[in-house]
Amino acid sequence: MKAPDRQRSKGMLPVMTLAPWHAAVERALVRYEKRPSALIQILHAIQDELRHVPPDAVPVIANVLNLSRAEVHGVVTFYHDFKSTPLGRHVVRICRAESCQAVGSDMLAARARAQLRIGDHGTTADGAVTLEPVYCLGNCALSPAMTIDGEIYGRVTPERLESLLGALSRTGTVQP
Amino acid sequence: MTRVFVPRDSGALSVGAEEVARAIAIESAARGVDVTIVRNGSRGLYWLEPMVEVELESGRVAYGPVSADDVSSLFEAGLLTGGTHALSLGATDAIPYLARQERLTCARVGIIDPVSLEDYEAHQGYRGLRAALALAPEKIVEIVTTSGLRGRGGAAFPTGIKWKTAAAAPATQKYIVCNADEGDSGTFSDRMIMEGDPFVLIEGMTIAARAIGATKGYIYLRSEYPHAHRVLNEAIQAAVERGYLGERILGSDLHFDLEVQIGAGAYICGEETALLESLEGKRGMVRFKPPLPAIEGLFGKPTIINNVISLASVPIILDRGAEYYRDYGLGRSRGTLPMQLAGNIKHGGLVEKAFGVTLRELLYDYGGGSQSGRPIRAVQVGGPLGAFIPEAQFDTPMDYESFISIDAMVGHGGIVAFDDTVDMAHMARYAMEFCAIESCGKCTPCRIGSTRGVEVVDRILAARGESGAAAEEQIESSVVLLRDLCDTMVAGSLCALGGMAPFPVLSALHHFPGDFGIPSLAPVA
Repeated sequence: MKAPDRQRSKGMLPVMTLAPWHAAVERALVRYEKRPSALIQILHAIQDELRHVPPDAVPVIANVLNLSRAEVHGVVTFYHDFKSTPLGRHVVRICRAESCQAVGSDMLAARARAQLRIGDHGTTADGAVTLEPVYCLGNCALSPAMTIDGEIYGRVTPERLESLLGALSRTGTVQP
Repeated sequence: MTRVFVPRDSGALSVGAEEVARAIAIESAARGVDVTIVRNGSRGLYWLEPMVEVELESGRVAYGPVSADDVSSLFEAGLLTGGTHALSLGATDAIPYLARQERLTCARVGIIDPVSLEDYEAHQGYRGLRAALALAPEKIVEIVTTSGLRGRGGAAFPTGIKWKTAAAAPATQKYIVCNADEGDSGTFSDRMIMEGDPFVLIEGMTIAARAIGATKGYIYLRSEYPHAHRVLNEAIQAAVERGYLGERILGSDLHFDLEVQIGAGAYICGEETALLESLEGKRGMVRFKPPLPAIEGLFGKPTIINNVISLASVPIILDRGAEYYRDYGLGRSRGTLPMQLAGNIKHGGLVEKAFGVTLRELLYDYGGGSQSGRPIRAVQVGGPLGAFIPEAQFDTPMDYESFISIDAMVGHGGIVAFDDTVDMAHMARYAMEFCAIESCGKCTPCRIGSTRGVEVVDRILAARGESGAAAEEQIESSVVLLRDLCDTMVAGSLCALGGMAPFPVLSALHHFPGDFGIPSLAPVA
């Protein structure tokens, strides 16, 4: 059966195919007050749901908050938490600040890069894991520290790191 | 019913506290014993986390570090009656690390259930606010001034003076902002307060609101602290329900609303004016001063912006009096400072003491030396902008003025230890690199200087491995350039990031010249 011609059925209105991100952006905009001061919280909500802030969403957000596109783009690119391309399904953050450096976090990060075969800020080819440096998780008495999907780990040994990253790959996401 | 304490502090969680709590619940159910598990904050003895405590009639006894696998043997040994086990630590309060502290600001952290208002009230909670409500606002400011409290975020500006300025500024709307963007490596005392005793911060902010006539407060919390966020929200909710926040607080005419706003991963937002920009939803760009935030702060209105520890120290000052607090400490550094031992240290954790304790006492008597067992070669105090301090200066007392006299700073009280494997030239490079990553970009010395700084240190690192006159010449000229660059950044930057990032670099050069391939300087007289 032929699908009804929606364009014609709606008269003169063109069909607006909404981008896949649209619903998430709308949810974020509905949830917070439409004031410029809510911008960062709105971006957090979008980032959390879509794992990035789609560049195409910037004018939509700007329009609703009565800001310029430049202002919104400026905020997205200023803060480390907001990404313009999607993070992997799992995010591994290894602390690289002084306290963790003092007990070998640079070496841990190098091992993680080797095991995942990506660089800092990189995402594995299958989109499973993103590796990011982070500058202090506030767990300095239990350095070295890291997080996986927000879960915090302290006194991380190379063996622990390997098994934690291995567990991510055993869920069938990271290709060896 | 026996109360068993298993921390919900994120440090404890990072080493398995959640699994331990679950195992205790399962084990006690299987044995049919009546146990209430209280999720407290951490006592700050992190090498013993997860530390489980049991409440006996004689007081609390501790076990640690406990793993989920130990739980069944702990019950076997009579955990609920304080039975002896290989992990027994005895009475918690008698553990020397804790017993020798002077906990004023962090008095309740690790002791109470952080989100129980009843628990908070039963431990002298809200006595400071009750005292404040009976006073004229000017009197509150006067008490805070007399206490000698100085900004614990790092700048050490007298808190009472800041409050006085904001109180005197005429405006229809004023704000209290708590700086909870604790970004300095080696620091976690703000996090411990927020996760372990959030009501003390809420109470401190409410007293501040009364003092200057503010009706709205924000806690600007870094996004790296999701656990603190949860605890704060639970506590704020409880305070609202019980009339400690909102309108007519405790039946007075005080109206104060409080909310938490989350940052987005930017170290610079710990700088007060960048923080205000971020709270307004903008890029965290540093503002020019003046105007001071106390006169034109958030949304252009008079705003008090104080660190978590500063605000959390206010309730006890109002409760016990300015003199009580001022009697701790020495010189112009009054009261106590929650110091944090981190990095390559055996017994990392929180040590709240009066100002005046020496670095050596902290590193060895409390910290137990390095974790690696090697000699401690250097410590960095005060975060990524703090100087590196060599062993020869470990007898310096921790107080603002003594540290300034050795070209160092106390900052937020974080102490990061490094053993003798540390490469100080590498640390100098990192200081510049961190500044380059986190610079807001508003002023040139910080934005460009930090990047050039990384390049210059890289040239030193490259030449250091070579021998011959050309390499020596390269190092010599690069060091001259590096010092010159540091001078420009110190003198020309808009805020402390660019203005102080050179301190770790210069202190590394000064105290550890050999790491840069340059001969030791003549001993300073």
